[in-house]
Amino acid sequence: MAKAGAPEKLIIHGKRLDGRKLDEFRPMKAEVGVIPRSEGSATFSFGETKALAGVQGPRPMHPKGLQEPTRTKLRCYYFMAPFATSERGRPGRSRRSTEISMVVAEALSNVIFLEDYPKTALDIFMEILQANASTRCAALNAASMALADAGIPMRDIVSSVSVGKADGEIVLDVAGAEDNFGDVDLAVATVGGGDAFVLLQMDGIITMEEFKKMLEIAKHGCATVYAQQKAALMKRYTAEVSE
Amino acid sequence: MEKKSELLVKEKQLVAPGDVVARGLEYLPGSGCYRKTGDIKSKLLGLVRLKDRVVGVTPLAGVYIPKPGDGIIASVTDLQSTFWILDINSPYDAILQLGEATAEYVDTAKTDLSSFFDVGDVVYIKVLNVSHSKHTTLTMNDYRAKKLIAGRLMKVTPSKVPRIIGKEGSMIELIKKYTGCHIVVGQNGMVWLKGSNEALAAKAVLKIEGEAHISGLTDRVTAMLKAEGTPEPETAQPEEEGGA
Repeated sequence: MAKAGAPEKLIIHGKRLDGRKLDEFRPMKAEVGVIPRSEGSATFSFGETKALAGVQGPRPMHPKGLQEPTRTKLRCYYFMAPFATSERGRPGRSRRSTEISMVVAEALSNVIFLEDYPKTALDIFMEILQANASTRCAALNAASMALADAGIPMRDIVSSVSVGKADGEIVLDVAGAEDNFGDVDLAVATVGGGDAFVLLQMDGIITMEEFKKMLEIAKHGCATVYAQQKAALMKRYTAEVSE
Repeated sequence: MEKKSELLVKEKQLVAPGDVVARGLEYLPGSGCYRKTGDIKSKLLGLVRLKDRVVGVTPLAGVYIPKPGDGIIASVTDLQSTFWILDINSPYDAILQLGEATAEYVDTAKTDLSSFFDVGDVVYIKVLNVSHSKHTTLTMNDYRAKKLIAGRLMKVTPSKVPRIIGKEGSMIELIKKYTGCHIVVGQNGMVWLKGSNEALAAKAVLKIEGEAHISGLTDRVTAMLKAEGTPEPETAQPEEEGGA
């Protein structure tokens, strides 16, 4: 199923088009507390993919008829900036952003102690500043750090990573041509770098053995992301001590 | 299932959500912690608090959630026939019933309630009760409760209020001494200042808020106030004595 503009090969001599090994991440960057005006904020990037997340709340839920009497209402908003892709994107909500907002909200609702703030709303805004595959993973990583920064009680931090299949090989942290012309793209998120999965979205066709192998690789990948997130959260309050 | 209990953190250590702070059933989870299969884990990004067997975590950010007995600063947002609705710097509004606002008998048919409190008034007030669904009632029946007139209001992170007050009010006394301002701090993170040097007092409060998690805070605040403060004539005396 060759598409127009596809490179001949995605993996050459065991290396990917961008020179990475099969199980190598793009350089990751995580920073917490980047927007002083929001209650909690963070950025997370996988190479060129950059996500910014801000948390507002818990705050009063309006309209009152939609508030939940025993728990906070989690509202996630994922947006991709018009300048995030090489071709200008239409700003605002889309079918795709609505879907991603929903899966992110469902992933995060597993870790937040929603019942600690009855009748309120908790808003999480995620903006993709630059997109080069795995945007939902970067957004979810940024959002869970922003929640911790906002002082929201959580069971653990959610870490997310994408795994793909390109040229018959399983690759970690899908990027660029692998996303457009690869065979499979699987987005995974786990809680606390452990065994509990809270996001699992895939397209493409693979065998059961390959799928199991991908999950194993994703689990290790999430643990790596988790370590990065923890380090960034700690840095938020330890950086100032040394000055 | 006999497992040895152990504590994995020190007092005031920075922890993130999901960090295991203690193992085993000897320890109990306080606020900011939860138990999962024998382990006690942190719910929040914050500093560890130890008291006997209870391990808690104090957050470094977050909103104010009312607790009965808290002294807070609130502003009146609405006036109904027999009660007032107040903004308490929280996701929840609070209600002040007429009976809790004044001890005297009030004939609601003849009295305009705005003669007690009007929309926009700022008060130091006590939280009377908080229901399970966070329905909050307030009371003026407390010796410290009063209307705050003029001055300026500022907001700080509610979890940092204990640092602004200091041990037995020491930090507040320090600011009062060097700025000559009246200061009232509410548990909800609202701070009321009134005096000639409000700007410096506000700056000191913001410095405390920003550096609350770093040790040696009192010394740094004292240094700042000494450098920029102009002590009132009657408060200048003790400072000179200290220097001599």
